[in-house]
Amino acid sequence: MAESIRVDHAAHHDDHHGAHHGGHEMSFTEKYVFPLDHKMIAMQYMFTGMFMALIGGFFAYAFRWQIAFPGTEAPLWGQVSPAEYNSLVTNHGSIMIFWVAMPVLIAAFGNYLIPLMIGADDMVFPKINRLSYQIFLISAIVILSSFFVEGGAFGGAWTAYPPLSTKAEYSLTPLGSTLWITAVALEFVAFLLGGINFITTAMNSRAPGMKMWDIPMVVWMIVIASILFMLSVGPLLAGGIMMIFDQNLGTAFFNPDKGGDPILWQHLFWFFGHPEVYVVLLPAVGIVAEIITVFGRKKLFGYKTVLYTAIGTGVLSFTVWAHHQFIAGIDPRMANVFTVTTLLISVPIAEMMFVYIATLYGGSITLSTPMLWALSFIFEFLIGGITGIFLGASGNDIFMHDTYFVLAHFHYTFYPIAIIGTYAGFTYWFPKMFGRMMNEKLGKLHFWLTIIPFNTIFLPLFVLGAAGHHRRIFDYRNFPELSHPWMWDLQALATYSLIVMLLAQIIFFYNVITSWISGPKAPKNPWNANTFEWTATSPPPHGNWPEGLPTCYRGPYEYSHPDRKGSDFWPQNEPG
Amino acid sequence: MRTTSPPIRLIAAEHGEPKVISNGVLGMLLFVLTEIMLFAGMISVFNIVRASSVVWPPPNQPRLPIEETAVNTLALLASGLCFYLAQRRFAVSRPSARLPLTLALVLGSFFVLFQGYEWISMIARGLTLTSSTLGSFFYLIVGMHALHVIVALGMLVQTWRRHAQGWLHPSQLATTGVFWYFVVGAWPIIYWRVYW
Repeated sequence: MAESIRVDHAAHHDDHHGAHHGGHEMSFTEKYVFPLDHKMIAMQYMFTGMFMALIGGFFAYAFRWQIAFPGTEAPLWGQVSPAEYNSLVTNHGSIMIFWVAMPVLIAAFGNYLIPLMIGADDMVFPKINRLSYQIFLISAIVILSSFFVEGGAFGGAWTAYPPLSTKAEYSLTPLGSTLWITAVALEFVAFLLGGINFITTAMNSRAPGMKMWDIPMVVWMIVIASILFMLSVGPLLAGGIMMIFDQNLGTAFFNPDKGGDPILWQHLFWFFGHPEVYVVLLPAVGIVAEIITVFGRKKLFGYKTVLYTAIGTGVLSFTVWAHHQFIAGIDPRMANVFTVTTLLISVPIAEMMFVYIATLYGGSITLSTPMLWALSFIFEFLIGGITGIFLGASGNDIFMHDTYFVLAHFHYTFYPIAIIGTYAGFTYWFPKMFGRMMNEKLGKLHFWLTIIPFNTIFLPLFVLGAAGHHRRIFDYRNFPELSHPWMWDLQALATYSLIVMLLAQIIFFYNVITSWISGPKAPKNPWNANTFEWTATSPPPHGNWPEGLPTCYRGPYEYSHPDRKGSDFWPQNEPG
Repeated sequence: MRTTSPPIRLIAAEHGEPKVISNGVLGMLLFVLTEIMLFAGMISVFNIVRASSVVWPPPNQPRLPIEETAVNTLALLASGLCFYLAQRRFAVSRPSARLPLTLALVLGSFFVLFQGYEWISMIARGLTLTSSTLGSFFYLIVGMHALHVIVALGMLVQTWRRHAQGWLHPSQLATTGVFWYFVVGAWPIIYWRVYW
């Protein structure tokens, strides 16, 4: 049985025996609950991530209400207590990074796009892929369950610095802090399994003819991001194990009373934490590369330059971590070194942005919804990058540390990555994923109602931060000499903008659901794009190309090629 | 039930472009990359704590058994060598790999059992997980390595069983090998940086 199935399909995998390629009808459980199909696993990751984003967004609303209107009850939440405030802030950060940005950008887009874009019928290890999602789902349940245990959810910030995080008498969350670190560790295991799959698939399962320089940029970016993740996560896993021991077994790795060192955790955390920024950034810039070439009808300006800058960024990202610790008591000479490396890392990223602008220059640009998201990514991320240069300089950082300026800076990087990048990719590949076209009018309305409030949330926070407003203060009424009326006005503006932005997401979900049900049927290639996924039917069936896998004849970005007569695109699979 | 090795067809090989590294080996290499960073993190943290403490070793703590562990280190290295011989013999004639594969398994098991015996005697002499930072790091790092050896032994048992049944595929042997060489290769570094 298994043998005959293996012969029927072109791609075979070392670790499974073709059982999921069977011709029999799959039950609901096989197809949707425990799927082996990379596209279905991608959808599981995508919708779990979006669900977690709603929770993370709601947390942001609750604590933003407390910041702007302390002492009043937040509608739908109630009065925010100091302990609740801490756990809301902590879990907003943790969820948005580990349970939204990572699963959606790497796991969902990686799972969906890698086999389709390199011309494979599935991942090389489909069962490991399924296991990866299951572990991720358990980790999501663990982090959410921490809100319902005695003492409440962990409130020691997403960085979890000891001794606050290791001693229950300080954190007051004896169970919550252990559940938090357990959830994070499980989540890492899930992405470790996913990353192994992504890299192995992209290296070993490419369609015949697809050379290294023919791989679409988003696949490269997810591969590089996975390598960065795998190189950086080990030390933090070690730190996580040590923290669980400290919390529950009475060891003293991070406890200075008994010979430990709390600063060590910071090093372990940020050795992972900084590359992590690039782990989620790279897939987003890869998505943007796909979109700007398709809607600019131009070849990507400097394919290899983008690739090399991504690798350069990855290498440099391992040398910048201590810029998070400038005031943690590290040697000032070491701070100087890390200032230099931090400022250096803006060079490859800036180069990448210049390449994108050069790609757009002279193109015939269509301002469709995905293109609007892609263009806004470049614009908003530049603001985040440029404000990072201020913070990378250690002298300036001593003043700016822990102010709203820092907060606004990293939201100007993470928001374009996790939210704008996701919307760009989701609206671009929606016709492929669901076989229907999205409503452009609603898409653009949603775009503007998300982008404008986003800027009116975080631009005021730059001003507040530069004026010295401190991000850890629960209730600024207790510091009347530090808070002027104009500061309260800007905080209220940010909170009102957040509410508008959250409400605007209803438009998105309405658009997704109605388009999915009754949108116009999508053709195979609605955007006239070159890459392989647009040669499969929309949505692609199990196995992606039942009639046989495609063959690659050229690079992915041959738009408006002078040798091509009669059309401005040249699909990768067309001979000639 | 399968009794013989399934034919493994590689996608690229169908089109005349043989894959350089098989899926299993490449996946395992990537996993080992993460593991190397995990141990590098733990060992460097331990060395930083040791270098920055005023009194080292912590008072009233027994010294670590350097001599006995040297013997154990040799046992594990010999086990790695046996595995290497098994791979070489397997390439020539499959059944002849049986003896070195069995030896690798026996030596690896000896390593774990001997270490368990060592732990019991260390605990009896007052070195526990919470007695000092030395104890905490000792049991953390050595215990983490021992866990890896146990998992690797499980893989080795599986490989041995498949080989005995006659359907061991070369890429499966190579995949087990990557992990086994990792646990063998990591140990001398741990011995050098933790025991000494």
